[in-house]
Amino acid sequence: MANVSSASGPRDLRAAGLSMSWTARIGWLLLVAYVLYATSILDFSFDRFVVGLENAADLIGRMFPPLFSRADLRDLMYRGLMESLQIAVLSSAFGIILSLPVGVLAARNLMPGWVTWPARGLIMLCRSFHPIIVAILFVKGVGFGALAGILALIVASIGFIAKLFAEAIEEISLKQVEAVRASGANFMNVLIFAVLPQVNARFIGFATYQLDSNLRNSTMVGIVGGGGIGGTLLSAFGRFDYDYVCAILIAIIAMIMVGELISQRLRALFL
Amino acid sequence: MTVMAVPDSAMTASPKSAAIAVQDLVVAYQPGKPVLKGISLEIADSSVTAIIGPSGTGKSTLIRSINRLVTPTSGSILFDGQDLAKLRGAELRAARRKIGMVFQEYNLVERLSVMENVLTGRLGVTPVWRVWLRKFPREDIARAFDLLAQVGLDGYATQRADALSGGQRQRVGIARALMQDPRLLLADEPTSSLDPKTSVEIMELMTGLARARSVPLIVNMHQVDLARRFADRIVGMADGQIIFDGPPDALATEHLQQIYGGEGWLT
Repeated sequence: MANVSSASGPRDLRAAGLSMSWTARIGWLLLVAYVLYATSILDFSFDRFVVGLENAADLIGRMFPPLFSRADLRDLMYRGLMESLQIAVLSSAFGIILSLPVGVLAARNLMPGWVTWPARGLIMLCRSFHPIIVAILFVKGVGFGALAGILALIVASIGFIAKLFAEAIEEISLKQVEAVRASGANFMNVLIFAVLPQVNARFIGFATYQLDSNLRNSTMVGIVGGGGIGGTLLSAFGRFDYDYVCAILIAIIAMIMVGELISQRLRALFL
Repeated sequence: MTVMAVPDSAMTASPKSAAIAVQDLVVAYQPGKPVLKGISLEIADSSVTAIIGPSGTGKSTLIRSINRLVTPTSGSILFDGQDLAKLRGAELRAARRKIGMVFQEYNLVERLSVMENVLTGRLGVTPVWRVWLRKFPREDIARAFDLLAQVGLDGYATQRADALSGGQRQRVGIARALMQDPRLLLADEPTSSLDPKTSVEIMELMTGLARARSVPLIVNMHQVDLARRFADRIVGMADGQIIFDGPPDALATEHLQQIYGGEGWLT
């Protein structure tokens, strides 16, 4: 960048901060180049897309009508859904309870560095893997079944709620905290009377959002053996019972919708 | 009319009657740049002391060192047989319980009710489980109602603090400080965020309640006229030092020039 102040004509655009900087231009060019390169490597062609569309049409055709009529399959589906629901509720409950202390310990305006760093490290660890990967690890650790799914989703819940909770605490007004401290209150009472009232609403928001999220994820951990409807879904796919697959998918959609309704009510109840 | 200008020497006379004795207090937020440069001050029982001075001169730092929202660099603050400057942990909390504080921006917990804010004054002696479940002792609640009536907020107990006006919030702040049943009241520019009429009302209320309880009150303020009107004693600070200390009548124009500098604003 040369002498901007003496420049005239087109250069004034840059002086006014209106034109894109060279680094940004190069960044965009690199992005476009990489997309083209990746497309060529991955055999991502229009022909394959068209063939894929035909397959998809065939699949959808075999899905209808969805199979709800067989009592044994219906029973299997019901048990899977209930297990998913339990996984979601239990992992949310434990996740929320554990997130509270972890979030407080990770808040840098309340705690000294030697406390926040381990807490933030734990949160980062919880966030670094997708729930599916965590579920695979737990299935290896504690064996097939709902327990592995619950543990995996607890980890995911801590990663999400504790992180946002800590950030919410870091944004509170310290003046209110100071006044309560000045009254001679101990740390726990300061927490209860000055910190939590300021973040209560947001915590409930995070918690109910995570409940929704856990409900969706609880249908998925079964795919890797973590219990719930996911296992039933996977085996139905494996046996090409697409009409049964469709029935399960519809049931999952219904459960998620009801779940969102309930979590909305919960939020209204606590706020 | 000679008002002493150098505090250090004359201040060792009668430590017995003093509620609080600050000695050679130095506070430096950054090493080598002290905000308070050796303050010595004795406050008698049951008196209203106004500290005046320009912004940034250390008035707030002085007040906040007393209840240790600020940590002194050196010096001592004798109060109730203890040196507040050296207290830590549980001992510090116990000392803070005896010192009520009123803040410039009220510092109420906005999302709590007026009643909860007043009961904050009892957090120092209320067990955690009671606080968590809001199971405060009945006599505390009765006293809180009583204090709310005394500050003119009868019927406001269940309102949320953020629904109140500035003057009403400061009344809650005063009730909260008195709820501690303090042996000393501190007020850090309690009227700076209020309109002139409300400022007078708040000063009247606060000094009246402090006098009625024989609790010494130390109040920082900008408004010299309010200080003259309500204080028994005025301490003038400039540049981290006390340069005037005496009754309101003794505060003359030349002192104000010394404290605030310049003179155009005085005409």
